[in-house]
Amino acid sequence: MNNLKSRLAKEKRFKAYGIISIITALTLLTILFVSIFSQGYTAFQETRIQLPVYFDQEILDPNKTSDWDNIKKANFNGLVKQSLRNLFPEVSGRSNKRKLYKIVSSSAEYQIRNIVNNDLSIIGSKQNIWVLADDDVDMLIKGNINRNLPENERRIDDQELMWIEYLESENLIKKVFNKTLFTSGDSSESEQSGILVALLGSFYALLITLALSFPIGIATAVYLEEFAPKDNKFVDFIEVNINNLAAVPSIIFGLLGLAIFLNFFEMPRSAPLVGGMVLSLMTLPRIIIPARAALKSVPPSIREGALGLGASNVQAVFNHVLPIATPGMLTGTIIGMAQALGESAPLLIIGMVAFIVDVPQGFTDPATALPVQIYLWADTPERGFVERTAAVIMVLLIFLILMNSLAIYLRKKFEKNIT
Amino acid sequence: MFDNEELIKETKSQALNSETVGDIHVDDPRIIAKNINVFYGDKPAINNASIDIGKNEVLAMIGPSGCGKSTFLRCLNRMNDTIDTCRVEGELFLDNENILDKKTDVVSLRAKVGMVFQKPNPFPKSIYDNVAYGPKIHGMAKNKIELDEIVFKSLDKAGLFEEVKDRLDAPGTSISGGQQQRLCIARTIAVSPEVILMDEPCSALDPIATAKIEELIYDLKKNFTIVIVTHAMQQAARVSQRTAYFHLGNLVEVGPTSKIFTTPQHKLTESYITGRFG
Repeated sequence: MNNLKSRLAKEKRFKAYGIISIITALTLLTILFVSIFSQGYTAFQETRIQLPVYFDQEILDPNKTSDWDNIKKANFNGLVKQSLRNLFPEVSGRSNKRKLYKIVSSSAEYQIRNIVNNDLSIIGSKQNIWVLADDDVDMLIKGNINRNLPENERRIDDQELMWIEYLESENLIKKVFNKTLFTSGDSSESEQSGILVALLGSFYALLITLALSFPIGIATAVYLEEFAPKDNKFVDFIEVNINNLAAVPSIIFGLLGLAIFLNFFEMPRSAPLVGGMVLSLMTLPRIIIPARAALKSVPPSIREGALGLGASNVQAVFNHVLPIATPGMLTGTIIGMAQALGESAPLLIIGMVAFIVDVPQGFTDPATALPVQIYLWADTPERGFVERTAAVIMVLLIFLILMNSLAIYLRKKFEKNIT
Repeated sequence: MFDNEELIKETKSQALNSETVGDIHVDDPRIIAKNINVFYGDKPAINNASIDIGKNEVLAMIGPSGCGKSTFLRCLNRMNDTIDTCRVEGELFLDNENILDKKTDVVSLRAKVGMVFQKPNPFPKSIYDNVAYGPKIHGMAKNKIELDEIVFKSLDKAGLFEEVKDRLDAPGTSISGGQQQRLCIARTIAVSPEVILMDEPCSALDPIATAKIEELIYDLKKNFTIVIVTHAMQQAARVSQRTAYFHLGNLVEVGPTSKIFTTPQHKLTESYITGRFG
């Protein structure tokens, strides 16, 4: 009786420990997610200001050439400034004017330049153009700068605040979906910076990683598990090394890439090609080990059944063992790829950590990667970059969740096919 | 209580020094095994076993666990090749060809000598594909019609066709254990072997399924040579014409089943069939 009581109590206690640890883990995860999301969600919007732009013939094309080669040299910046002056005609004095010019992003002149380039007939007309606001204005609009603070404690002074409040009252300022974040590369101005370079860099690098590590990894696993002679010193040696590789810190792979791929083979720096090659070194053992486990878990009776029917070794492996092991092998591969996607250290070493504005056109163009972009932006103190850092983390997390869900989905799907 | 220890000691010495008693030869042999020795690493598993296996007979191999009967069975289609440490010596003729020869193609050998395993091991594919796999890899059917015929015939011979004809697309793992074992037999028959090896085919089955398999063995005897390893002595008595008794790696006694179970010549055989050890 007493015995039973203590046994039940023990069981209850053990259950409680389990529940407590799960709750702790979930709480920490929730805190992490909430802090990232609460800081980052605003980054998916950007602030735009409506400027009444007069595409003045005198400024743009005084000689009436209608030739873009001439027009492109025009003073577009002056056009923006003029528009701002038109919006706030009462502003006078150099320093005040300079302050006024700074409420729009420095990208405004390029935006207007593009508009002219697309349609030269616009010259001479008056248009209302929504240009990007400066990051400080953006922060104020999003509520990240408190308007009630004393003037000397906020980045927007009273005069600027007055202009912004005037724009707000006239509905000349609004928040829109942040397309810039997904369509541009890095920039020193937070409102103009985007993650496209990092996204493409990660994408290209992962393609290379998949193309290299998946076939090599699966072939290695199949050979070692199904065809390699057992009790062979050399095979044992390889096995130990693969297991060791899985535990090598990833930065070491980066150094290896630097020494061999960059210095010896003189491959391009900062290129997703090299990044992918380095990541595939790191991913290989992470594909091989689960793939071997998956092959090992196929019941030997299946293999024997096939051999007993007169199937050759290769037939038994490819017709019966591999199909059963596929879900496990795919899961391992996808999780390995997800780890590669989240890896930054080796990419830092081979130079995928640079200020890259131009969108990479291929595997050899310089690029960064998502985790490296986080590292780069996390370094900058500006409020606009803090928000964008959180946004990249969210994008990265979404990709990781998608990949891991795909792994689970594939496993479930193939398992259903088998049993 | 018997003085068991003494008995074991005695049997050990007898087993190690004994020649096979009974009649190892038959008039019309399909398989002739001469001086088969099998080792796992350095450990001998079978000592100098010689036996003929006749055409259209069922040979039962009985003996206590670890006596080498399964090992001997697996020599007959060189399944022991899959075990790295296993070494087989001696001569083993199937239709005048030494199948232990390095040059023998195990793939075509295993098509001639089929095998049914202890646990039903259907492939995780449809019932149809389970049976069709063997004919497919050996190129036995030119087209779908011929393949269908082989599959249906094999299922029919295994007594399974009536039970599964409406669900040939169902996975082979979805039917009952006894049906799965008959599916494995159908799969083996489909490649038209000469010899069928059965390694305790009923040990995982209930009595009704067992009875069905035994009936099946009785029918199959007309067309195939069958070698069956079994733990159930009644089963050996029911299905076989000849019985071989193994003990500690020695082939102790071979003879007509009726004689082995009524008037065994060797003391070890007698002890075993009267249930003194096993």
